[in-house]
Amino acid sequence: MSILVGRDTRLVVQGITGREGEFHTRASIAYGTRVVAGTRPGKGGQMAIDGTVPIFDTVAEAVKQAGANTSVIYIPAAGAPDAILEAVDAGIATVICITEGIPALDMIPVVEAVRRAGAKLIGPNCPGVTSPGRAKVGIIPSSIHKPGRVGVVSRSGTLTYEAVQAMTDAGLGQSSCVGIGGDPIIGTTFLDVLKLFRDDPETDAIVMIGEIGGSAEEEAAAFAAEHLRGVPMAAFIAGRTAPPGRRMGHAGAIISGGSGTAAEKIAALEAAGVRVADSPTQLPRLLLEAGYRA
Amino acid sequence: MKIQEADAKSLLLAQGLPVPPWEVARNPDEVKAAAQRFFASGASRVVVKAQVLVGGRGKAGGVKLASTPDEARDVGERILGMDIKGITVRKVLVGAAAEIVKEYYLGAIIDRASRRIVLMASAEGGVEIEEVARQNPSAIHRASADPELGLLAFQARSLGLAVGLRDPLLNQFVAIAQGLFATMTANDADLVEVNPLAIVAETAADGKPAQRLVCLDAKITLDDSGLARHAGLEALRDLDEEDPTDAQARKLGINFIHLDGTIGCMVNGAGLAMTTMDLVKHFGGEPANFLDVGGGARRETVCGAMELILADPKVKTILVNIFGGITRGDEVAAGLIEARAEQSREVPMVVRIVGTNAAEAARLLQEARFETATSLDEAAEKAVALAKGGAR
Repeated sequence: MSILVGRDTRLVVQGITGREGEFHTRASIAYGTRVVAGTRPGKGGQMAIDGTVPIFDTVAEAVKQAGANTSVIYIPAAGAPDAILEAVDAGIATVICITEGIPALDMIPVVEAVRRAGAKLIGPNCPGVTSPGRAKVGIIPSSIHKPGRVGVVSRSGTLTYEAVQAMTDAGLGQSSCVGIGGDPIIGTTFLDVLKLFRDDPETDAIVMIGEIGGSAEEEAAAFAAEHLRGVPMAAFIAGRTAPPGRRMGHAGAIISGGSGTAAEKIAALEAAGVRVADSPTQLPRLLLEAGYRA
Repeated sequence: MKIQEADAKSLLLAQGLPVPPWEVARNPDEVKAAAQRFFASGASRVVVKAQVLVGGRGKAGGVKLASTPDEARDVGERILGMDIKGITVRKVLVGAAAEIVKEYYLGAIIDRASRRIVLMASAEGGVEIEEVARQNPSAIHRASADPELGLLAFQARSLGLAVGLRDPLLNQFVAIAQGLFATMTANDADLVEVNPLAIVAETAADGKPAQRLVCLDAKITLDDSGLARHAGLEALRDLDEEDPTDAQARKLGINFIHLDGTIGCMVNGAGLAMTTMDLVKHFGGEPANFLDVGGGARRETVCGAMELILADPKVKTILVNIFGGITRGDEVAAGLIEARAEQSREVPMVVRIVGTNAAEAARLLQEARFETATSLDEAAEKAVALAKGGAR
């Protein structure tokens, strides 16, 4: 097993004809992901990706005619909230939104609608989810992965690649790697992913990559303290040297009013028994010290 | 994006909130002229407030009262040009000094944990809310707006009651709280704060003393992602208070934050850029900047980013750290080679490029005799050593 995406994933790509959409769909297919459909309103009935993937006008048709159960969104910010709502309305269970730059206030009613529908939204502004050896949805490079039993969850993109590469180099494979996104309002939090990893019989250890801003790492630490004491865990928090009051690239990465600092997050994690690395390259060693054996 | 108090007040006024009149002045004579107008319309004193985008201006001496137009001019002269937390005061707000009976705090924020807009109110107004949160958290009352219906009247009423307001001020409070919420949604703000929201003593039209609630200060932060869809908001950006490199970075489409150290960093991805800074510090160096070239950076962006870094005379070494996903390593390498050929001064550089097209990048860098590194730690350590070597 794995979480969120895997062998049962039947993917519809919303925005399959766009530059990013097409490029990353090819990489997903090459990785072995089952891409069953794409959408592009007005181009229904045509084929994408060298005639291999049918295009539909709506997600509802992709669900009905191609059996899609998961969607990935490569649509610009202005249309992305609508794309999420369309996917959920069509009955898609897991929506992964890669799009960056969606205004935070747009996302408030959207996450509420997703929650009410009982669906899952990953992102926005996230690199996607890969379950090594099974499926890859999003933009995480295929080459860095190795199948295994460590779950990885992160708020960042390239920093995730760094951590995953370090694990793979050390021979520690991954069950699933989830990028939850760097925006203030996201569909799935660290806490949600930790619960999924806890319930996944094929995940034996967890790596968590956080950053400054908000309190999601602290909430995850509280959960770990109570429910993950027996699970080897290691974490890294980016932004120890970030100046307060400045947004560090990600819309959500800001120390405001003295809260959201790396120091607070590191303290909360360590108090919960999670080992915190000074550099992502130390993560494999910390997992081994925590008792994990691949 | 942070905006000045005067602009924030305009946005509140546009939603019908009670904000006493003000004028903005840029030199002592303008301060005096504005003060004269307020005295002529019945003010007994005027207040002169520094317009800067940092907190704590009151403590720094940036807010002063005056009883005559000449005194206002003197006060204005002292405040204009003053340095507040590294920012030079270039303009002041002038208004009639209110007769304050009691101060409250009212603010609207985006609460990440509940994923809703939350209104916060406190009877301990006029002081920083973070301070209240530390000293006396139970003094802060909250109402969580409905994701679809917004802030409902009964929620606003409960907040008003919680801070001790009764009729007729309670009804005024409800309108103000809902107006604050409206200001937030109308402008894609991520913070709208009125501190103090004050009960002021006034003389009513019939000559009798009266009290009402007014917004005496305003602080608004706008969501950068929403700026493009609101005509006019971009014009509120205060270019005077920006680092000159900020505008250049915006044009290049990169995230750049100037810091105080000697090691210039060029990285792809915000999380990795922060991590690179952290590691520079960890190995005993000081980062000169945060720089995220973004996903899929091409040659021109790399060249532009290099110029931005080198524009800082303190930079002694440059550390380039690229983990290619969407970004192609060879594009970055080519950009670096081009940038080095054109750059204004010679600075040692350590380059680490991994991920997409890393092998091709390595070949290009080797031919051009760049100092390279394989791991993140090695790259940071080398850059720190080079920066220290240069200092000898």
